[in-house]
Amino acid sequence: MCLAVPGKIVGIEEQEEASLRRATVDFGGIRKEVSLAFTPEAAPGDYVLVHVGFALNVVDEGEAQKIFEMLREMEELGGQEESSP
Amino acid sequence: MKFVDEYRDAGAVGRLTQELARRVTRPWTIMEVCGGQTHTIVKSGLEGLLPPAITLVHGPGCPVCVTPVELIDKAVAIASRPEVIFCSFGDMLRVPGSRSSLLEAKAAGADVRMVYSPLDALKLARANPGREVVFFAVGFETTAPANAMGVWQAEREGLANFSILVAHVLVPPAIEAILSSPNRRIDAFLAAGHVCTVMGYEEYEPIAQRYRVPIVVTGFEPLDLLEGIFMAVAQLEDGRAEVENQYRRAVRREGNRPAQQRVAEVFEVSARKWRGIGEIPSSGLRLRERYRRFDAETRFGVAEAGIEEAGECIAGLVLQGIKKPFECPAFGARCTPETPLGAPMVSSEGACAAYYHYGKRPHA
Amino acid sequence: MPEFNLTCPVIAPAGDRVLMAHGGGGRLMHQLIERVFLLEFSSPPRGPLHDGAVLRLDGLRLAFTTDSYVVRPLEFPGGDIGNLAVYGTVNDLAMCGARPLYLSAGFILEEGLEMETLRRVVRSMREAAARVGVALVTGDTKVVDRGKGDGIFINTAGVGLVEAPVEIGPAAVRAGDAVIVSGDLGAHGVAVLSVREGLEFASPVVSDAAPLWEPVAALLKAGLEVHCLRDLTRGGLASALNEIAAGAGAGIEIREAAVPVTEAVQGACEILGLDPLYVANEGRFVAFLPEREAERALVVLRTQAVSAAAARIGTVTAAGRGVVTLTSRIGGRRVLDMLSGEQLPRIC
Repeated sequence: MCLAVPGKIVGIEEQEEASLRRATVDFGGIRKEVSLAFTPEAAPGDYVLVHVGFALNVVDEGEAQKIFEMLREMEELGGQEESSP
Repeated sequence: MKFVDEYRDAGAVGRLTQELARRVTRPWTIMEVCGGQTHTIVKSGLEGLLPPAITLVHGPGCPVCVTPVELIDKAVAIASRPEVIFCSFGDMLRVPGSRSSLLEAKAAGADVRMVYSPLDALKLARANPGREVVFFAVGFETTAPANAMGVWQAEREGLANFSILVAHVLVPPAIEAILSSPNRRIDAFLAAGHVCTVMGYEEYEPIAQRYRVPIVVTGFEPLDLLEGIFMAVAQLEDGRAEVENQYRRAVRREGNRPAQQRVAEVFEVSARKWRGIGEIPSSGLRLRERYRRFDAETRFGVAEAGIEEAGECIAGLVLQGIKKPFECPAFGARCTPETPLGAPMVSSEGACAAYYHYGKRPHA
Repeated sequence: MPEFNLTCPVIAPAGDRVLMAHGGGGRLMHQLIERVFLLEFSSPPRGPLHDGAVLRLDGLRLAFTTDSYVVRPLEFPGGDIGNLAVYGTVNDLAMCGARPLYLSAGFILEEGLEMETLRRVVRSMREAAARVGVALVTGDTKVVDRGKGDGIFINTAGVGLVEAPVEIGPAAVRAGDAVIVSGDLGAHGVAVLSVREGLEFASPVVSDAAPLWEPVAALLKAGLEVHCLRDLTRGGLASALNEIAAGAGAGIEIREAAVPVTEAVQGACEILGLDPLYVANEGRFVAFLPEREAERALVVLRTQAVSAAAARIGTVTAAGRGVVTLTSRIGGRRVLDMLSGEQLPRIC
């Protein structure tokens, strides 16, 4: 459940009422209108996770990289194949 | 697609599975509580790549599956009224009630429409002032903020023809219910990532402590699930029982405060019945008094529908991870996606449907 | 702590009405065909169901097929109901290895349809027919009350001369055969949905609707031993492969990483909660040929614009009769099942 897809903000439509703020978000070439009611800090160029028409958070790009760094470290450290039963 | 493709990389998955195999010394059973995670696991064939000592079971993480029969019956009753435009997410349309599903009601003439967002339902309400637009508000905490906004906007605009049929359920009470069951065989949980994007994960800390169970907040791509499993196994092997966050790019401990605030403004916690499990106290949401006029059950005065028992469906046992779908005598025989006996076979994220489609049949 | 009430109070649905899902190209549709149509129309037995019927008439082998078009909206990026109606039937003939020759067209028009829309659709049919070299030789027109039709429904039937030396169909498929797809998947379904759902694209996804006789003719002309052809329509690649696996009594294994899908289609499917393997196409086909012919077949296909992105995606196996298995991008395995009804977009 909770299908939320990451997309890039390419334009923001400001509103007087902050809850009605909207953005155009690009998902690999498709553009959709998304509500920024829950991500007041979102700015153009940010990636957001979108669920049923609402951005739920701004993707933390630094954190997103960490698993790949960890895997690179694993590869460097773990040369030996050890499979103990 | 960025933040999607790199988490489906075969090389990265391979490296992490190797590391996992090194870490495991004993059998462990891990439950994931989210239909989206079940879907990824089965669709990518991830379980087959794990060391055999690790067993994955699937919890009641499909809000479609756990929506009680009475609510489907009410939805069908409301949808069948000529003045109503009934809007719902796709998955809910096929779930059988005690007599009919929304799709069958549509075939019989009801105006049932599939939408992707509560905002679509609002648009319909604005465009059709002479009709009553009802939105089926199903989901976990992830979807509650959007539904709350729908109601908040309707109130702000003075929309008189919009209402929601509420079927919201909350995850932590379900996890507690499973953990407190005497049949419990779960060693660790993978918590639903997007639920935690909204709610944070503070509320899981007392649960992890009370039941001495590791809980890892996990994302939805194959690499996320693998890392979540890895972190859970590391805790189990070390004898720890903490809440950890695998899905750091999308989840903070406190969650999304503006979203939580909007939900708290519009909804309040209530008891809820979970199909196949029974009533769990404080496990659902209902509209607050101030917004009660947007409640479809109140507006349409739908009477309690009669429920008939069909003992064959063991959905409750499947939803608690006690049985696997193919251990059900009806699985793949009397109960198939075309002729479902229970909700986990209907929803594309239900464990039974996932197992059936992706071939985990004992005789396939 | 709560008492668990471990029952699932559900009655199996009565199933006494036709549902939209019966038209989805999946299992429910096949059940409808078997339990209602084939029950009555089963003489003489024709063997595994295929796109068209091949009939012998005075020493000639004729292919004969029919198809109905009910697409909504009537016009979408890359096509309209008119050229779909021509290409769809032309392609069914091509899948029998037959050169398309003549078409009929029956129209059911809804009262209130704008005449200009009808003119555009008919012009589009004329252009499509000219492009393929078929003649539209007979037809019919009916009008129904406002509200009883989606603007236009079209039925086309087609006749062609079989040029393939040996009968092409699931029965000819053999273990070890290569499975080739003629191009990228899902563009048609996404193009149609994008209009219905109001999706916007940075560069619009255009329907892949196209005639497929040229690539088939090229394969036959090159002397390649074509065992089976199937155009991918409703239910997508997964449905076609399942039908053929069932008809051939063989297994099929494919690799997800080898299946061509453009980024735009992938993105649309992600946000709509769809699987590209099940999305409709209107200008793509799968071909089954012996392993030794696979490389040459790809070379031949890639000389044609409509099959420039042809790719080998898998192999037919002796084991796993009737089952299609897929190796996922991450190296896991699963069954690629037939759709039950329609693909309902995942939201949750």
